[in-house]
Amino acid sequence: MLSRTAEDLYWMARNMERAENTARMLEVSFRLALLPTSLGREEQFEPILTIAPGDDDFHERYDALTHENLVRYVALDPENNGSIYSLIRNARENARARRASISSEAWETLNATWLQMQSFDYDEVERWGFRDFFDWVKERSHLFRGVVFGTMLHDDGFRFLRLGTFIERADNTARILDVKYHVLLPDTEKVGGYVDYYQWAALLRSVGAYRAYRRIYHDTIYPWRVAELLILREDMPRSLHHCYAIVLSTLDELSKEKPLECRRLAGQTHAQLCYGQIQAVFREGLHEYLTRFIEDNHALGSQIQEDFLMTPMVMAEAV
Amino acid sequence: MAGEVPTDSAEYYAKFFNEMKDSEGNVRPAYKQLAKFLDGLSLESLATKQEAADALFRRLGITFAVYTEGGSTERLIPFDLIPRILHHSEWDLVERGCLQRVKAINMFLYDIYHNQEILKAELVPAELVFKNPAFGPRSVLIFRRVYAHVAGVDLVRTGERDFFVLEDNVRTPSGVSYLLENREIMMRLFPDAFNGQAVSPVGNYPERLLENLRAVAPGGAEDPVVVLLTPGRYNSAYFEHVFLAEQMGIDLVEGVDLFVRDGYVWMRTTEGPVRVDVIYRRLDDDFMDPLAFYPGSLLAVPGLLSVIRAGHVALANALGTGVADDKAMYTYVPRMIEFYLGEHAILNNVQTYMLRDPKQCQHVLQNIENLVVKEVQGSGGYGMLIGPASTKAEQEAYKARVLQDPANFIAQPTLTLSTSPTLCNGNIEPRHVDLRPFVLSGNETSVIPGGLTRVALREKSLVVNSSQGGGTKDTWVLERGAC
Repeated sequence: MLSRTAEDLYWMARNMERAENTARMLEVSFRLALLPTSLGREEQFEPILTIAPGDDDFHERYDALTHENLVRYVALDPENNGSIYSLIRNARENARARRASISSEAWETLNATWLQMQSFDYDEVERWGFRDFFDWVKERSHLFRGVVFGTMLHDDGFRFLRLGTFIERADNTARILDVKYHVLLPDTEKVGGYVDYYQWAALLRSVGAYRAYRRIYHDTIYPWRVAELLILREDMPRSLHHCYAIVLSTLDELSKEKPLECRRLAGQTHAQLCYGQIQAVFREGLHEYLTRFIEDNHALGSQIQEDFLMTPMVMAEAV
Repeated sequence: MAGEVPTDSAEYYAKFFNEMKDSEGNVRPAYKQLAKFLDGLSLESLATKQEAADALFRRLGITFAVYTEGGSTERLIPFDLIPRILHHSEWDLVERGCLQRVKAINMFLYDIYHNQEILKAELVPAELVFKNPAFGPRSVLIFRRVYAHVAGVDLVRTGERDFFVLEDNVRTPSGVSYLLENREIMMRLFPDAFNGQAVSPVGNYPERLLENLRAVAPGGAEDPVVVLLTPGRYNSAYFEHVFLAEQMGIDLVEGVDLFVRDGYVWMRTTEGPVRVDVIYRRLDDDFMDPLAFYPGSLLAVPGLLSVIRAGHVALANALGTGVADDKAMYTYVPRMIEFYLGEHAILNNVQTYMLRDPKQCQHVLQNIENLVVKEVQGSGGYGMLIGPASTKAEQEAYKARVLQDPANFIAQPTLTLSTSPTLCNGNIEPRHVDLRPFVLSGNETSVIPGGLTRVALREKSLVVNSSQGGGTKDTWVLERGAC
């Protein structure tokens, strides 16, 4: 398929997945902000800006880190390229450019999402309720994936969409898990205490993994188990392991037996997730481990770009 | 059915041919069923349907892009719910007339790029051809001598059997996607309106187009690779490009997706280069190859012209078709029909003054308040003066423009465009309409039954262009025996 088509499909999926996960990150921050801690409510929001980069930009354009400003900036700001608004706009632009290569249902879903997104302003979202807004974003993303799965030919175009979804999701899960590192426990609280417990529970809920945790572990919420669930469990659909299992098999199908570098990189990370142990992760330090993962995942993204989505310049040299 | 129409408006529109009713107010045969159907509907329910149609267009993203400062915005073309209907006997005339014109134009294009018989016979002034900026490099190996694979003939109607051609668009005519989508929307919103009459289907246009495009592949490739070349998403017709590529199941490409190597055109794919046989291009000649035309164009494919010359890729429409569709060459089309086909033109030309001729120029300047003056290369309703609708000051300013370069202008009498019932201001009122049928040439020449009807939504306006606030209607051709 046309390289630029593949590129637009790949980014369409990444943009929608990122919009969903940005809503999830906002949700976890809002939950944490409801906890009675000695930490100022406002400071609970800082991690969002750290992990969804835009810290400097935010502080230049907004005077204070309030509930309201956070929603305005991270959800609704057209000038913030990482806002939910911009991500949905970009996904819809990718779709518009490639309408001929996706199903009409997939296009209509994204177009309708974008039309509705444009009708939101802060007052509307506040009236609606923030949680309802986050749910809406998640639902539109679920719908998009469902429509893609149920209506598109399962060919290379579909594979590039899947690739975009799972590369992005792996990145986002790692970042959400890292929120806990950034939200430090207040000095007055002890690790394993109730504040710690609620923080991990909020995190689990934000990725829809609370029930799964209960089913699997039948036990109270321990940090290493949350980390194990979201990093190493293959059957957990947002875990790093699960994402990489799909990334690897998709790359196998796309590379058609060619020994591409992106396949090797994906295979290497996949092997670490397959055979890794959570004790080793914590020995390295959870934050350090996640930081390394995010970097490797980013490198894989660049390699995919180079191996399949060749820009005209690269291509001109290649032929 | 309809509410009260303002009297002065009714008086104004009474002077024009009404597509639905004759001068005694009787519904014409082709409209009988529709009139009955509309009688059963209230204006409120029509308004509701109109809202539903607008929402549908928006959701489906059937838009056109408008250049504005700082980028482009997408707009909906207003869609009118009341179809325009042509009886098969009326359509027969239009169809034969369009086929005849496009056949002659293709023969003319072949001729001027080869033997130039028509110039030798002095039936067309040679300088109109040689000085024409669209007179391009000669294309070779034109399959079945077809240059204009897709043509859009703009027609207006002034009476029962009086159809006039306004212009022949043989470069990259747009609008067929609206024709097809309008029908889709009508069938969705008003399935009952189709009951009891045989409306000719239009849906196989993309299939016919693809068939023709595959047929022109060089060297008779067995499974030719056909692509649609677009200038990109900021082009006003981008929706149409995507739509047609989707309907034909071919790749939609931009200049950067293509490159030339070893005498062939290739496209960049995830599995490496793939050779391209046919390019349905929706890009003007000048932007096709920066080595031959505009050096800085980013839309283009460097070296493409050499591949076309070598006959290793077919272009639809061929380069250089623009010679046949400017507003000066238009006046010679009836002569082309006589010269090449030995027939009289079935469709009328509009009387046209060529301002390059000093006498005609003088006449036009003296009578400018009664005439429409246009630029020879103009399009989209821009840069024209409608005499009767202009002020003295506008006329004077326009005269000054004309005098700077008279050869760049033509003038025509204002036509009494027919009217079609249209939903306006909550009423059904008459509005002026035109018609653009689409002619496909390849193995065979054919016309899709109907065409795009454009309607001037503003009261008393004669300008139907979408860039000037015009809308569109579904156009029905009733098959033989239907009424």
